[in-house]
Amino acid sequence: MKEVLIKPERCVGCKSCELACAVAHSRSRTLAGALTEKPAPRKRIYASQWESRKFPLNCRHCEEPLCVRVCPTGSMSKDRDTGVVSHQTALCLGCGMCELACPFGVIGRQAQGNIIVKCDRCPELEVPACVTACPTRALLFAEAGEILKSKREAVGEQLFAQAGNS
Amino acid sequence: MEIKSVDKASLKMLDKAAAENISTAWERLTQQQPQCGFGELGICCRNCNMGPCRIDPFGQEPHEGVCGANADTIVTRNLLRMIAAGAAAHSDHGRDIATTLYEAVQGNAPDYPIKDETKLQTLAQECGIPVEGRSAREIALDLSGLALDEFGSRKGCLQLLERAPQKRKDLWAKLGITPRGIDREVVESMHRTHMGVDTDYVNLTLHGLRTSLSDGWGGSMWATELADVLFGTPQPVKGRCNLGVIKADQVNIILHGHEPTLSDIIVFAARDPELLAQARAAGASGINVCGMCCTGNEILMRHGVPVAGNFLQQELAIITGAVEAMIVDVQCIMPSLPQVASCYHTKIISTSPKAVFPGAEHVPFNEHNAMETAKKIVAMAIDNFPNRKPERVSIPNEEMQYMGGFSTEAIVEALGGSLDPLLEAVKSGAIQGIVGIVGCNNPKVVHDQEHLTLTRELIRNNILVVETGCAAIACAKAGLLLPEAAAEAGEGLEAVCRALGIPPVLHMGSCVDISRILVVASALANALKVDISDLPLAAAAPEWMSEKAVSIGAYAVASGIFTVLGLAPPILGSGNLTALLTAGAQDVVGATFAVETDPQAAAKLIVSHVGQKRRALGL
Repeated sequence: MKEVLIKPERCVGCKSCELACAVAHSRSRTLAGALTEKPAPRKRIYASQWESRKFPLNCRHCEEPLCVRVCPTGSMSKDRDTGVVSHQTALCLGCGMCELACPFGVIGRQAQGNIIVKCDRCPELEVPACVTACPTRALLFAEAGEILKSKREAVGEQLFAQAGNS
Repeated sequence: MEIKSVDKASLKMLDKAAAENISTAWERLTQQQPQCGFGELGICCRNCNMGPCRIDPFGQEPHEGVCGANADTIVTRNLLRMIAAGAAAHSDHGRDIATTLYEAVQGNAPDYPIKDETKLQTLAQECGIPVEGRSAREIALDLSGLALDEFGSRKGCLQLLERAPQKRKDLWAKLGITPRGIDREVVESMHRTHMGVDTDYVNLTLHGLRTSLSDGWGGSMWATELADVLFGTPQPVKGRCNLGVIKADQVNIILHGHEPTLSDIIVFAARDPELLAQARAAGASGINVCGMCCTGNEILMRHGVPVAGNFLQQELAIITGAVEAMIVDVQCIMPSLPQVASCYHTKIISTSPKAVFPGAEHVPFNEHNAMETAKKIVAMAIDNFPNRKPERVSIPNEEMQYMGGFSTEAIVEALGGSLDPLLEAVKSGAIQGIVGIVGCNNPKVVHDQEHLTLTRELIRNNILVVETGCAAIACAKAGLLLPEAAAEAGEGLEAVCRALGIPPVLHMGSCVDISRILVVASALANALKVDISDLPLAAAAPEWMSEKAVSIGAYAVASGIFTVLGLAPPILGSGNLTALLTAGAQDVVGATFAVETDPQAAAKLIVSHVGQKRRALGL
């Protein structure tokens, strides 16, 4: 199952993911069109910073999502087939419990009112908009296993290249 | 994008590039995807070191940069800097031409005789310089001195603004946007956009208009006028165009860039019998000098020199494998050229101290020993001929005849000595209006397609099209600059073209020569005793990319000409500025910008605008 994976060391904090996310969740799906829409479209990914380090953060689509557990109406649910934690606006009370429960701070609100917005992993797109938009490939859409494999390979390269044995 | 160009020669060279694994602007554009949305909207500010700052375009935080500048301020400051850069490029080109004339008449640039003494006298009289009983040298010394003084003038008003209709001059004065000095407005733009100076988007925009006017009615206009004095005022001339002008059996030299000080002299150097003999000794049948971009336009207009192509064809010319040297000066020269050239035997020879390209050979060119340097450069190309690899050569066979050289003077002459027949044709409706199509190529749109579609649609609607720059080369390649192209025009325009033996699309020169269009527009307005904004005119830049195009668009609108852009400028991040330029400006300068990416729809906009202006004039 593919996920939006983060390579924080590649992030330059350009916010291109935020912009593309908002456009992907607008009615027109174009930057120029989205500008004049009311209500304005909202981003669901956050270019974030800790000290001097920059990194993008969006919903991790947790296996045991706390947001789903605390949602009183079933507006928040986990699809076991796709792995996506999704949100149904029609059922949302705007109580904000999911926001409080989320350990990552990636559940936001609509431009007006308290109804929440969160990453839906762009169900209509083959690759989520934030991933396509990232100019430095700090965001990847891949199986978690692929990342782990490439990390292990990097360890190998380090081990053997350093030993002059490559 | 599926199709890259509508030009067959270019497509052939793109196939060759792909087969030889050479990347061009089109591949680099793909590699740049996605391009930054903040940049596209103009809401990124790097003007101080508290930043860089960005504004959220969807109303979330941040609404302001660290200094407190909002989207309106940031976007307008960025636009003003684009205008200033464009105006600086044109005007510095103008300074170089004026300096060359100044040096020439003092004996320091012996290879530049005055070619058009009539124009020298007319200009001098216009500027109040005595001509009776004085030599051309004395007059030219005063005139070039006056032109150079315009750059830092203390008069408070530029000389050539006098050509504008009185109503327009009064409007500029009322708005406080009469340009005071060519350099001054650019400098003031940089000052105003420095941290903590001008914050008001309207005030910034007004200065943007003033800066652009210092280009159109200042730097660019002097570049055109004095180039005519030095190199001759263009007269109708025929030549050939497109990559097919590159010849397999000759030493091919491509002149690329902008300033005729370099290109004009190389055209003559290449006719030197000794160099021709050297070329033959090297196994070539001759020396083939071709132009590219606006340098191409300068020598096309004056000598009918073949033109290899427009902006997006500069890399493709090298990819033919048959170019011995590409000689460049300033502006629109892709930094990629040395890299592309390194795949072949081609030498890139840079000549301007202002533009040095790593990987190119630099041969400093100055007016003091112009012919000597020009000959040295031609000899370098000849020496490189034996290095050509025949197995790498493939020259597309596409070439087309063109008729160019329509300076204002040439148009008046074609009309039989005055602009009256043109006015009559406009009054009678045979010609519905006049539209300038100008500007660049941009790989974001299909190469040449936007220029051609818009041009064809307008002439079909009996609108006379005047062109400069890469737009004109696009139409030259498609045969639209031939008198026979009148067949593609509407009935009224066709009849006028056939009667005068002129094409329905008039090539007026390089991008600084858009000043010629301003002169024609002023003359028409003065003849009808109206303002430029009352005339059935419009301008379009369907494939624009450069900052110079931004300055051109701004001075067209500031002069009262409705201007349609084929690609949106980076201003949409400010709703207020966008509204000002596309609507509010109508009540300020009597003209607006429009952005229309579909050339058919752009033509409809223009036709309707021209109709509206005609009705208002009672035509």
